[in-house]
Amino acid sequence: MDFNDSPEEAAYRGAAREWLEANARPLAPGERSPGLSDRGQPGMLEAAIAWQARKAEAGWACITWPREYGGRGEGPLERVIWDQEEAQFWTPPDFMTIAIGMVGPMLMVHGSEAQKARWLPRIASGEDVWCQLFSEPAAGSDLASLRTRAVRDGDEWVVDGQKIWSSGAHYAKWGILLARTDPDAPKHAGITYFVVDMTSAGIETRPIRQITDKSHFNEVFLTGVRIPDANRVSGVGDGWAVAITTLLNERSSIGAGAEGATDVAGLIELAHSTRDEQKSLLDHDGIRERIADLYVRTRAIDLTSKRTLTAMAQGESPGSATAMGKLVGAKMQQELTALGMELQGPAGALLDPEEADCAWQEGYLFAPGVRVAGGTDEILRNVIAERVLGLPPEPRLDKKVPFREILMQGTN
Amino acid sequence: MNFDFSDEQKLLKQTARDFLDESCPLERVRETFEGKDSYDAALWRETAGMGWQGAVIPEAYGGSGFGYLELAPIAEELGRALAALPFSSSVYLATEALLLAGSESQKQAYLPRLASGASIGTFALEERRGVVGISGVETRFEDGQVRGAKSPVPDGDVADFAVVTCRESEGFSLCLVDLTGTGVDRARLESFDPSRSSARITFDGAPAERLGEPGEGEALLSRIHDRAAVLLAFEQIGGAQRCLDTAVEFAKGRYAFGRSIGSFQAIKHKLADIFVALELARSNAYYGAWALASDSDELGIAACLARISAIEAYELAAEESLHTHGGAGFTWEYDCHLFLRRAKLLALALGSARRWKHRLVDHLASNTAAAASSQH
Repeated sequence: MDFNDSPEEAAYRGAAREWLEANARPLAPGERSPGLSDRGQPGMLEAAIAWQARKAEAGWACITWPREYGGRGEGPLERVIWDQEEAQFWTPPDFMTIAIGMVGPMLMVHGSEAQKARWLPRIASGEDVWCQLFSEPAAGSDLASLRTRAVRDGDEWVVDGQKIWSSGAHYAKWGILLARTDPDAPKHAGITYFVVDMTSAGIETRPIRQITDKSHFNEVFLTGVRIPDANRVSGVGDGWAVAITTLLNERSSIGAGAEGATDVAGLIELAHSTRDEQKSLLDHDGIRERIADLYVRTRAIDLTSKRTLTAMAQGESPGSATAMGKLVGAKMQQELTALGMELQGPAGALLDPEEADCAWQEGYLFAPGVRVAGGTDEILRNVIAERVLGLPPEPRLDKKVPFREILMQGTN
Repeated sequence: MNFDFSDEQKLLKQTARDFLDESCPLERVRETFEGKDSYDAALWRETAGMGWQGAVIPEAYGGSGFGYLELAPIAEELGRALAALPFSSSVYLATEALLLAGSESQKQAYLPRLASGASIGTFALEERRGVVGISGVETRFEDGQVRGAKSPVPDGDVADFAVVTCRESEGFSLCLVDLTGTGVDRARLESFDPSRSSARITFDGAPAERLGEPGEGEALLSRIHDRAAVLLAFEQIGGAQRCLDTAVEFAKGRYAFGRSIGSFQAIKHKLADIFVALELARSNAYYGAWALASDSDELGIAACLARISAIEAYELAAEESLHTHGGAGFTWEYDCHLFLRRAKLLALALGSARRWKHRLVDHLASNTAAAASSQH
């Protein structure tokens, strides 16, 4: 056990830092890089693509990917060291999470050689942005009840249906798509996984206005969209297993990004600088204890991800650790931002940056989405209870029945 | 960077588990719990024979010369086994106090007997009802004698000596008192967890010698508590893990409404929450163990993290494991209440979670102040 760098790790950190100092601007004290909620600002997408290209050119993109696909061919420890160093410099918001964090790892497990060679290097270099076409209006937590259908037509598939919660669908080049190819098979068995060119004819994208009054997500309507069979990942009817691989990686991506623009250090500063009853709120016992609770959880999440890192560096699978990080982190963001609002008193109910510290208010509005995205709290508890603790699943009425019958019974 | 115990340390843990499964089943814990003895003296001799009490005592003083990364897994297994031993008082508190502040002659006098298990030490801080912590200390140390009363003193009825917090003209100090000598009167108190004993001790001019410098008591107490908090956290996660394992097995095998109760989300989500609390506590405890073993200046914060989350995890696991057992959990016969009692005992030792939360924010606020002043 050693929480510090070994000499090799320190040298690696030094090399990363040297490149970053020559190619990026260090953050000023208290300054933050733009986050996920800043993606709509002009020029951000272009800046993100340029930053990814620059890293790729110098060999610092996709640290854990094999070199032949544009990566650096190193392990999870090196990746964490890089991430820690990069976080100290100004970088554009992340548009690549789906491509780098989900599609890449999925293709490396399930993609054909031709598919890996075709798509992975262009992800690493930042040339292609990807989006996800999984959820549907009637298929959220119960994703396997999706209805979008794909019908074979020679060397192509014809896709009709509606997807929802697709982040970045309006600017992505590629989308990963789950579609039903066999309605006579039970629900999990009739699904196939495709990669769709988002510039294809028959794709219409409409933004969803969120409670934050921003629009990161889209509804995507697919009407007679033609996908070459070469874009099918894994076998016909084998899409569910590929989807699971993708979702496990999604949770780790969301968990990692859950920190946002608000943290316990900010909470301490806010409490310290706000007075009530002639003393700083940091001297009020109730506030102190709530801050302590949040800090204990923040550190524990970080330390748990480090334990997972060591397990991965020793060749173990991360297992359900990602589900746990997301479950705890999302709820904690909600409590953290709520306390940030409370500390401001009535001004906490303002969204006026002149009169209030609005990052807490904005974070509080964003937090419910994090608790739902990539698996709700309830789904994650099921994952932990069933896959880690080995508890039996709930009895299911729909698991072995042909999907067509479920639709006819109207139970879905 | 490596955030896990080594293969050797894991092997030591497995050896400790195997030994305790064999030598310390819950039936044996119940012999102390329901019997007249304050602790399991035979088991105490056996663990001493394996070098556990002397784990971090240097070999020059008769110890095993292991480190804290070896003691921590042992603590976890003792907690899991609910061992009826005065281990935390003697090893995490008295031994640590001597290692930190003992003079050469004090170390030579006490450490070899602590290592061999021939002597049991404890730490006496609390004094009376209605006051908790340092502010309640009125015991006086003058002219080599100590006068006052301490209650409750963990394992105070069986300990051979105590590190006693006291006041003297130079301020708040620590001193060493032979509990088997003159001027000491002790009475065993009824304990919430009868597998761990407690006593009231009255000192009426008992001979004593100072431990550390005069007036150094508060700083020493803080350091000793940081160290004990980390080690106690391992006992707590060991106990919590056993509660979770037991509840999961029970939930799988218990059928109601035609199905295993473990298949109901109301039960499985509860058990998932215990798992999560336990994993978080485990991560914080590991950080504490590293900070302790490497003598890091992060120990102050790490100890708070380890203690606060271990208290939460064990209380949650003990309470909800018992609840998962339904009515059976409320019976004397089932073991759930043994863990519930131990979880509470350990939560209140060394001061409750409240005290450690304030301690944590003190650390964080001083870091913030330091960062702010370095910017100006």
